[in-house]
Amino acid sequence: MDKNKQDLRIGFYICHCGHNIASMVDCPEVAKYVEKLPGVVLSRDYKYMCSDPGQELIAQDIREHKLNRIVVASCSPLLHEHTFRGATEKGGLNPFFFHMVNIREHNSWVHTDRAEATGKAKDLARAGIERVAHHRALEVKRVPVNPDVLVVGGGISGIHAALTLAKAGKKVYLVEREPSIGGHMAKFDKTFPTLDCAACILTPKMSEVGAHPNITLWTYSEVAKMDGYVGNFTVTVKRRPRYINEDLCTGCQECIASCVFKEPKFADEFNEALGKRKPVYISFPQATPQVVLIDPEVCLNFKKGILTDKCKKTCVEACGEKQAIEFTQTEKLEEIKVGTIIVATGFKTFEAERIPQYGYGRYPNVYTALEIERLVNASGPTSGEVIMRDGKQPQSIGIIHCVGSRDKKTNRWCSRVCCMYSMKLAHLLKEHTDAEVYNFYIDLRTPGKGYEEFYDKLLEEGVHFIRGRVGEVTDWAFTKEEEGKLVIRVEDTLAGYVRRIPVDMVVLSTGLEPQADAQDVRRLFNMSCGTEGFFLERHPKLAPVNTFTDGVFLAGCCQGPKDIPDCVAQAGAAAAEAMVLIDKGYVEQEPNTAFISEQECSGCKSCIPLCPYTAITYVEDRKVATINEALCKGCGTCVGACPSGSIVQNLFEDEEIFSEIEGVLAK
Amino acid sequence: MAELTRTIKYEADRVKGFGRELMSVPGCEDLQSCIQCGTCSGVCPLSIYMDYSPRQVMALTRSDFKNEVLRSHTIWLCASCYACTVECPRQIRITDIMYELKQRAIHEGIYVKNFPIPVLAKEFYTMSRKYGRITENILAAFMFLKTDWLAAIGMWKLGLGLFRRGRFSLWFHAIKRKDELNRMLATVDNLSIDELKDERKKASKAT
Amino acid sequence: MKYSYFPGCSLKGTGRAYEESLLPVFQALGVELEELDDWNCCGATAYMAVDEVKACVMASRNLAIAEKAGHPELIAPCSACYLVLNKTKHYLQESPAVQKVIQAALKEGKLTYSGNVPVRHPLDVLVNNIGLAEIKKRVKHPLKGLKVAPYYGCQMVRPYATFDDQYNPTTMDRLLEALGCTMVNYPLKTRCCGGSLTGTLPEPGLLCSYILLKEAIKRGADVIATVCPLCQFNLDGYHDKIEAKWESVRIPTVFFSQLMGLAFGLSEKELGLHRGFIPMKPLLAPAVA
Repeated sequence: MDKNKQDLRIGFYICHCGHNIASMVDCPEVAKYVEKLPGVVLSRDYKYMCSDPGQELIAQDIREHKLNRIVVASCSPLLHEHTFRGATEKGGLNPFFFHMVNIREHNSWVHTDRAEATGKAKDLARAGIERVAHHRALEVKRVPVNPDVLVVGGGISGIHAALTLAKAGKKVYLVEREPSIGGHMAKFDKTFPTLDCAACILTPKMSEVGAHPNITLWTYSEVAKMDGYVGNFTVTVKRRPRYINEDLCTGCQECIASCVFKEPKFADEFNEALGKRKPVYISFPQATPQVVLIDPEVCLNFKKGILTDKCKKTCVEACGEKQAIEFTQTEKLEEIKVGTIIVATGFKTFEAERIPQYGYGRYPNVYTALEIERLVNASGPTSGEVIMRDGKQPQSIGIIHCVGSRDKKTNRWCSRVCCMYSMKLAHLLKEHTDAEVYNFYIDLRTPGKGYEEFYDKLLEEGVHFIRGRVGEVTDWAFTKEEEGKLVIRVEDTLAGYVRRIPVDMVVLSTGLEPQADAQDVRRLFNMSCGTEGFFLERHPKLAPVNTFTDGVFLAGCCQGPKDIPDCVAQAGAAAAEAMVLIDKGYVEQEPNTAFISEQECSGCKSCIPLCPYTAITYVEDRKVATINEALCKGCGTCVGACPSGSIVQNLFEDEEIFSEIEGVLAK
Repeated sequence: MAELTRTIKYEADRVKGFGRELMSVPGCEDLQSCIQCGTCSGVCPLSIYMDYSPRQVMALTRSDFKNEVLRSHTIWLCASCYACTVECPRQIRITDIMYELKQRAIHEGIYVKNFPIPVLAKEFYTMSRKYGRITENILAAFMFLKTDWLAAIGMWKLGLGLFRRGRFSLWFHAIKRKDELNRMLATVDNLSIDELKDERKKASKAT
Repeated sequence: MKYSYFPGCSLKGTGRAYEESLLPVFQALGVELEELDDWNCCGATAYMAVDEVKACVMASRNLAIAEKAGHPELIAPCSACYLVLNKTKHYLQESPAVQKVIQAALKEGKLTYSGNVPVRHPLDVLVNNIGLAEIKKRVKHPLKGLKVAPYYGCQMVRPYATFDDQYNPTTMDRLLEALGCTMVNYPLKTRCCGGSLTGTLPEPGLLCSYILLKEAIKRGADVIATVCPLCQFNLDGYHDKIEAKWESVRIPTVFFSQLMGLAFGLSEKELGLHRGFIPMKPLLAPAVA
């Protein structure tokens, strides 16, 4: 530590940052002021310090003037501390002899009085000069990155990310909450704008996941805990009991056929409660893994979820030699170690009951879009026949856009995909029923490739597009033709009339929302959420798949509503970001770790339980505490708590902090 | 062949500042964020009789077409049932904006002569100021006498029916301390709506 | 238990039967309603159309008188009065400038108002404060077999949905069911009756009332129960005109308090049932056994 001011040779640079700083701070004046401070050898002001010539200037000055400390007063360290440390290193000086002073976000951008702002800049610069004298040479820490990856969520985004990484030779754990992977896409009938069958394009990828040797697929499982940091995460996964041994079950489904329940009786979740299933069931025919599961809430062998063993168990009999049914199965916790995590937990649809004016739940023939996907699907509860809850086939259908979206009372945002899927449903319903189809919209959003052309196609098919947000859906009839129908009252804003349109069936295009447990999940992975509740990306334009936690990435609708092409693109991007870390093999960490001065440690152990990274341990034979540098993240908690002041943190030592304070206060 | 009229609107047809002025009334600022979705017209039970739908009135107001708006039937047909206000996805206080437009029309005297609704409003105002209370049948009588004599005569059966059922007041209902009420109202007599609006705007900015 | 009571101009005029039935019903439940001393007109919808500031002054005088009266809460049965008084309270709370002007006006009248008196609707007090159990106790003649269409109107539930759901209110439904009535599934519970337009612009105004009457009959109701004097007037007083324009839809419309009174065993005369244009009499014989 070079405390002798005579030996100090400080180079000071104040950046104009174009107009950002110079408009409020008189940079040349500050430079002149700092030049006179003790220890300062040269003091410059420059238009753009972060530019190549600016950085080159620092390197050159170090060599020419034999500088041993650098202070740059400019923007936030978040942006350019790394840049200037690099320049310092290029000049041949240890990068940690560099200190950055923020006079933009902390000064020029928040004040309106030029004289005062310039004064403040001088104070801040002086503080930096005082502090940098106490800096020591430090080495950057390298932490190895575990090459395994955890992908949370098995929808199209999770599947694509997992496959990309697996094909690149990485070992992937894919954890999915539902009994099968596939997510929402598995429920769709056809996808826009190509009208590809969703299952046909998804199931090959699902099979690939199930078969890939590099992917460990854990369905019906959830992440319970995450510890650690980039490159070194320890994750606990909770595996719920299916009461079926996955390795032994062949997916023959004989157990379902022979169940004591002759007819399926319970609401089928996959078919949006439009169909029924038995206690032993498989979500859908192409489920991956091809393994059944038992619902303990309704299975007769259980009572309220607890095993009673009172049932005839015809399923076990049917299973025969395979013996895959295990009623005694319990919840299991698995602990895994990974280096990177990709969160792809998807979305949930807006609950249509929240808008009572549209009659969902009150009138049987009002459906949500997802229910229609199952209705028109050949493997759905009605085998693809559009038969309503009252048993009839509709001759007129109204599709209401923006249900729950673009509304201050419910969700402010546009859910991005509903216009397209509403048109798709219009096409499918017309194809299946030849009914009169009306789409009620506020704006038609068709931004993607082939989307506007899809709208043209729909117009040619004779679907009626009415621009007007529906006021209400009601069963009170004013004219004879309205008797027995659902009447949609809306202003046809383009034609200029308020209209009452009687239809047989109403479809609500519900919007996309964050999952119900998004807040819990974000805490689990140390992420943030935006105001709408979707997971927050590091930068909306330049870093859409990174989070503020290194090593944790986002993909798909959990980050915001989007269509399948964008989900797949994001999943690939997240996989690539993960591969950056894995292939590099290590991460460089700030050496801002804490260390304990053993002579001063009294062995009181106050610091040990405080460390969030469990980096501190007690050494019995020396009766002192010691910090594992590899685990320490430099949060500073132990430093503040230590009663004997024996813990010191690099880059934030007492002398450094106090001198900075004295520098600010001195006038 | 019916007479042809040109319906183009030039910039000179707009009354610049009308929209902005109305939106400066606290509670009416949200009109700025109207997306013209038409929900208001869709739920309004009277919209089927309006010349401009509530949505159109919002658009016209925002674009400064003062004359078209204040001369419309719409503002008088509004029954203030608040259906539009509770349904609006931008939470615009449409009913309150309709009240503002009604007030402007009355203050500027823009309405067809003998149009019953503004006449009723003015009679209501006068009677409640004078007596402190409203006597419904007398109010109705005044309104009919000032607008349409013949319609008044057509109401004889209803009037008789009310009389026979004891729902017909023969003289004015009034409060005892009329003077007190008058003094109170006098304090705001010289207060123009604009003045109060500016104060309210400053206050709402502060909070 | 005592509450301050704001009748409003209508309950002293054409809506007389509302007061006539409401007061004895509350009394039977042990609650006394004390009429506000020298209350003035609330301003209703018409005043707002002319001068909003003065409308607030009119309403504030009543609020100040209520505060002076000293009872914890004020009941306003007429939907328009209920809305205007609550709206004024909102203005006073939200805008310091309006507060200032109103306080100055009140001072001129030697009154003060500190914003403490809640303005309640009688349905709210009956069902949420007194409670259905107490009401059931006093039912002497259950109105069995009487099919009622509950009609709330607009201004009680919009824009402030203080004690019930805005789209599907059920307070009156539950209250009338406790009296033994059968509620009819009525989707037009909160659709506007036309308000004052029935008198000023008959065609659009009466159409609104006609729609309500027609649907109530279609749904099998014997009678429509209302909470607002203007709604009752519109649904009950224009049958000749409605028949002339469209068709006969003669179904009686009464105040919910009149049904309560009947169930409690009070006489038709006491409850002002003779004041309606379409009589309820033929229905009463089998229902009130």
